[in-house]
Amino acid sequence: MGTPTQRRYDAVVIGAGHNGLVNGAYLAKAGLKTLIIERRHLVGGAAITEELHPGFWFTTFSYALSLLRPDIIHELELTKHGFMPLLMPSTFAPMENGDYVLLGQDRNENIKEIARHSRHDADAFEQYEHDITMVCQALKPLLDQVPPNLFSKDPEELVAMSALAQHLRDLEPRVLHNAVRLLTGSAADFLDDYFESDILKGYLSSSSIIGTKVGPRSQGSGLVLLYHNIGEHDGVFGSWAFHKGGNGGFTKVLAKAAQAFGAEIILEAPVGNVITSNGKATGVALEDGTEIEAGVVVSAIDPRRTFLQLVDPRELPNDLVENIQRFRFQGTSAKVNFALDGLPKYPALGDRGDQYRGFTNIGPSIDYLERAYDDAKYGWYSSRPYIDAAIQSTIDPDMAPPGKHVMSCFIQYAPYHLKQSDWDTERNNLGDTVQKTLESFFPGFSDLVLHREVVTPLDIERVVGLSEGNIFAGEFLAPQMFFFRPAPGWNQYRTPIDGYYQCGSGTHPGGCVMGAPGKLASQQILKDLDPSRFGNPGLQSPPADA
Amino acid sequence: MSEKFEYFAIRNAAGMFDSSPLYKYRISGRDAEKYLAGVLARDVRRCRPGRAQYTLWCDDRGFVVEDGVVLRLSQDEFLLTSAEPNLAYFQNLIGYDLVEIEEVTDDVATLAFQGPRSRLILSELAPEMSEIGYFHLVPTKLGGSPVTISRTGFTGDLGYEIWVSSDDAVAVWDTVAEAGQGHGVIPFGQIALLMARIEAGLLLLNTDFESSRFAWNDDHRSTPIELGFGWMFRHIETENRPFIGRHAIRRELADATSRWKLVGLVVDWKEYDHKYNTAGLVPPKDHTPVTEEFMVYTDDYTRVGYATSFMYSPIVQRHIAIARVRPEQSAIGTRVNLEVTINHRYELVGAHVARLPHFNPERKTA
Repeated sequence: MGTPTQRRYDAVVIGAGHNGLVNGAYLAKAGLKTLIIERRHLVGGAAITEELHPGFWFTTFSYALSLLRPDIIHELELTKHGFMPLLMPSTFAPMENGDYVLLGQDRNENIKEIARHSRHDADAFEQYEHDITMVCQALKPLLDQVPPNLFSKDPEELVAMSALAQHLRDLEPRVLHNAVRLLTGSAADFLDDYFESDILKGYLSSSSIIGTKVGPRSQGSGLVLLYHNIGEHDGVFGSWAFHKGGNGGFTKVLAKAAQAFGAEIILEAPVGNVITSNGKATGVALEDGTEIEAGVVVSAIDPRRTFLQLVDPRELPNDLVENIQRFRFQGTSAKVNFALDGLPKYPALGDRGDQYRGFTNIGPSIDYLERAYDDAKYGWYSSRPYIDAAIQSTIDPDMAPPGKHVMSCFIQYAPYHLKQSDWDTERNNLGDTVQKTLESFFPGFSDLVLHREVVTPLDIERVVGLSEGNIFAGEFLAPQMFFFRPAPGWNQYRTPIDGYYQCGSGTHPGGCVMGAPGKLASQQILKDLDPSRFGNPGLQSPPADA
Repeated sequence: MSEKFEYFAIRNAAGMFDSSPLYKYRISGRDAEKYLAGVLARDVRRCRPGRAQYTLWCDDRGFVVEDGVVLRLSQDEFLLTSAEPNLAYFQNLIGYDLVEIEEVTDDVATLAFQGPRSRLILSELAPEMSEIGYFHLVPTKLGGSPVTISRTGFTGDLGYEIWVSSDDAVAVWDTVAEAGQGHGVIPFGQIALLMARIEAGLLLLNTDFESSRFAWNDDHRSTPIELGFGWMFRHIETENRPFIGRHAIRRELADATSRWKLVGLVVDWKEYDHKYNTAGLVPPKDHTPVTEEFMVYTDDYTRVGYATSFMYSPIVQRHIAIARVRPEQSAIGTRVNLEVTINHRYELVGAHVARLPHFNPERKTA
């Protein structure tokens, strides 16, 4: 481990997060001698599973799967290597008055459950799901192709722009309008048009704030909401799955696939910098001084480190450096992971435990979420945080000993920049705040806690390397998406340094365990290397699906 | 609860299914082996006591009547299962053999306990079962009730079937369910079972084939070779065993007259998605098994077969089918087209011939 078997490769990928692995796998599949270099002792980046308490396996950071592009599953033959997305059959949304919404796989039961709170909303829910699915279906193709360069006069780019315009023009006006309302507006406004009950609006708007420093009433939260619905699992938009063994189980599958295509992976090998010569990347230097030659160097890490740390910013155009410097990270999420002695009790459901087989959403109203955001606006973590909990051991018994459980809690808001304190001081207090909030919904919760792991935005930055702990490697805000991710004119995975590419979540289409940046970057790289062989990859008809 | 969730219990933990409705026959007596060797198409003499065999029985024209599993409890005692009643059929074939056939359908209950955790959980209750091999069986006790545990099942996964007197059935179910607490064990129903069996490439009577006894014509009958069971007759030339259908099967093998070959089909996902997306629809990926027939065509629209079971497999992440095609189309990888309905129109989507089972984890036989 830690030492490459050769001095020279066709391509070197920096970072074995999911995008680095996807990218490396595609490059290797195309026949490039590929090396993937990881700083830590395990692959996965933020998508890892660790035994942090004996017998208890934690998805320390990223914890569920939805946005992974289906073509990657097939093209990288992931099922051969153990790809196994387990169904999460329910969603549980407790309320502050002790009631709840529990949705499952039975449509009629779901209608009845929502009607318990509002008959109006039971119908509206169907309309909402349909409308948002239409938008997802319309925008989905944009996730699966290299975005056009808005600023280029290249005929190929002009054609791509006109194809994009044509695609949008072909949409039904209602679908296009809904898309624009979601991409630019607030989730609260969008949801208000459909629903009257607080709990439904709270539950649905929860996905409008994930990983981003917005409240559900902030303009821009609609885009985050849309992103969390455009993922699909087994053909159902907005459906999430839990990979066998957690997201670490998933990235292990990716690593096996990459290796099966011939990629080499080295661990515990931090990269110092990219070596350049006359404006061209020629390899990388590891921190221990080892130099590895490669004609293609791909950074799978975030834009700040891709442009400002791995290379000398003085080699880059000034406007790019400026854009990267003001690219907003401001991580605002934390994780608190628990090892539990048993399942939490929700009084209204007695001894039942099946409600925990999916996400448990502690975000009972838009007001609750917006108040949680208020704390963050002024530089502090929420006193009653939003919690997205998943007791994954209810679906995958291998995550904890029989009868015991692991509970992953995604927490918001926990802003990276704290006023008047720091995260090393506040780590435990955040854990207490979360535990107290859970205790208020699940009396007796604290008695079940065998072990607690608090992961602050600072920990995310230190351990995973994501700047300011932003889980998407840069916020999901309109000025940082599509044409502009990570910077105007540099949205096509290339960089101003010849042979140096970017493929992390800081590029289009962005974060979540999507894999699309890794894949699309590989297409761009292969096309640049040999346009005759790899040109227009999106238009190639597939060979027999073997 | 959702059938797909039940399915994942089979593939990721363990699931419990009540297989008791299977018809069961106890066949015993000095000539039991000789009788079965003549009635069943697969040579039961190769099944030693303590072993089980998947088997078929055919008519004299070499068409399949039914299939089942035979457990050899001792030298002269067998337990044979079937999906439909067969007592009269079997009794009529006794001739002068010293054999007794008793239907024990209601006396013997069967609990299928299937999934990667099944061995771990059962071996805590009955350590002697932990070592039994694929298609082996062992008499033991579960929670005080005498049972026979066989390493058999209809899911294509690591799994067991527990054979128990009906009087003790509920107690044994409870014992296993109790032992499964905390392991993600849940009961599963028919749809989850059918999902698993399609992935496992296991055939279902009246779906993938029909009983020759009740078929209206030969188009509705199948030979064992057409169903992919040619391997059962590897020794047919040397074993010198008279059995019903032997001559017809020998002729079919010698003259290569099989009309069909049973194969797996895997749908080309890109083409499938593309056709739906082009029609403005979200490509459905429904795990619910479809048992209607789907026609199979070559690229020039010649009909070359039909699929009898079709589903979206959550573990293969593709639409898969069990189908029969003309022998010349049956090589692994052959491209064919499956006729599906998209936007109320018949459309062809590409598929390729794949080896069965579609899903075959090492743990099944390891």
